[in-house]
Amino acid sequence: MRIDRRMLLGGALATAFAVTASATELRGTGDLGLVVERADGALLVVDTTERRTLRRIEGLGDLSHASVVFSRDARYAFVFGRDGGLSKVDLLTGGITHRVIQAGNSIGGAISQDGRVVAVANYEPGGVRFFATSDLVPLGEIAATYGADDARSKVVGLEELPDNRFVFSLYDADEIWTATLGEDGPTVTARFEDVGTLPYDALVTPDGRHYLAGLFGEDGMALLDLWDPAAEPVRILDGYGRGEAPLPVYKMPHLKGWSVAGELVFLPAIGRHELLVVDKTSWREVARVPVHSQPVFAIARPDGRQVWINFAHPDNNVVQVVDVPSLAVVGALDLGPGVLHMEFTPKGEEVWISVRDADRIDIIDTASLERVTSLEARSPSGIFFTARAHRLGY
Amino acid sequence: MSGRTWVSCFVASALLPMVAAADPSAARQGELIHLLRHDCGSCHGLTLKGGLGPPLLPATLDGLPAEGLVAIILDGVPGKPMPPWRGLLPEGEVAWLVEQLQAGAIDVE
Ligand code: HEC
Repeated sequence: MRIDRRMLLGGALATAFAVTASATELRGTGDLGLVVERADGALLVVDTTERRTLRRIEGLGDLSHASVVFSRDARYAFVFGRDGGLSKVDLLTGGITHRVIQAGNSIGGAISQDGRVVAVANYEPGGVRFFATSDLVPLGEIAATYGADDARSKVVGLEELPDNRFVFSLYDADEIWTATLGEDGPTVTARFEDVGTLPYDALVTPDGRHYLAGLFGEDGMALLDLWDPAAEPVRILDGYGRGEAPLPVYKMPHLKGWSVAGELVFLPAIGRHELLVVDKTSWREVARVPVHSQPVFAIARPDGRQVWINFAHPDNNVVQVVDVPSLAVVGALDLGPGVLHMEFTPKGEEVWISVRDADRIDIIDTASLERVTSLEARSPSGIFFTARAHRLGY
Repeated sequence: MSGRTWVSCFVASALLPMVAAADPSAARQGELIHLLRHDCGSCHGLTLKGGLGPPLLPATLDGLPAEGLVAIILDGVPGKPMPPWRGLLPEGEVAWLVEQLQAGAIDVE
């Protein structure tokens, strides 16, 4: 379907045309995705089969650090902006169907297991707000209050869980909370205190069983077994820095989407130039992979055979590829400054990489590590493909 | 850098009234603003309205001594995610950034 923006903006006639066009030119959404053009507050709708941009969507506010989750029909995207904006976008028409400014400053969100609720993690005011995915009507809030004076903490690492639950961490309070959303709004089901200093982000394993929060203030991570109702968070990887002073961190690692490859989990060592490799049954460190610099993302190819890593400033021009069976770095690509994000096609034959300062998306063949083609994009950051719609923790 | 850019930088700095001797060149100023928005912005927000780190807007920096802010940027905040930039940014450039931040002279939109 080819509807350019002129037609969409052109009023009744254009709308009539659009409806006809979408009714006659049916297509699926399984090979579509979004690229965030963060400086412009815009999104590109991309097609990963044709390797091209279908349309550009503008008017989404401050998209620095923006992230996206997809409706379970994989037609709509929910876009979380830094400025508290939450937008529902239709990939097929390129329209913004609903948009609310739901907070002053937010960091990301999650969509419930049943696809009916989208939850947003807010820095200001600190807490989680819930909205109906149908029309973004508010469904309630959990204020992340702590301490004697009920200060509000920034919320990070918000993830959806099986049984329609959610889990998140309180950066300023060193706590992990779980919550459900019932008829009368959201309720906190568990509150764990003193989980470790400054949890900055978290991930949930693909089976929804384990929640792992990264700690900025110490060498270790907090692990919560969500299948065990009596479980408390435990510290894993304690003292991974072996007492050496950490190097400065010029960009916080993102844990959402960090790698679980088969039985192994690849984690960033904060302030160190290495990946920690952890066994998913014992949660013990089994290896370390020395890498180029401080990792920001380490993302497994969907089959778990490779892990791709990008790095913090001033080394954000490089991407490295780790071969999982041998735990060796088998490739490095210098794509130019500002490599911000990587996203695999649904079965992983290609990876799309945003190179912010080159205004480019590079599409790389993951077997040959050769560049297939590039697309233009203005200051691109996050890349999100609709295959995420059916994965827990994405 | 192309010859044309050099010429326009030269013209731009020639037109600026009262440029202090230590101010970065116009080209370097552009790079510093880019770094501020993108690399500081990953924690402080692309529009500097705050993120994991606090906002860096004139209203929030008002009343804080410039030397103190320069020291925070050069040496970081131990135990917190604010990293030290010493070694990556010379002190004169940091002082210039703080001056711009406090004056609200940076167009962040
Ligand atoms: C990795 C995240 C991160 C990066 C990158 C970062 N900052 Fe910070 N910054 C913080 C945090 C967190 C604080 C608050 C520290 C605390 O709790 O006292 C902070 C505090 C500050 C403060 C003190 C503000 C106040 O109101 O006290 C200034 C000034 C500042 N940063 C400037 C910068 C500049 C300029 C850059 C880029 C050259 C930068 N920061 C990059 C995380 C970061």
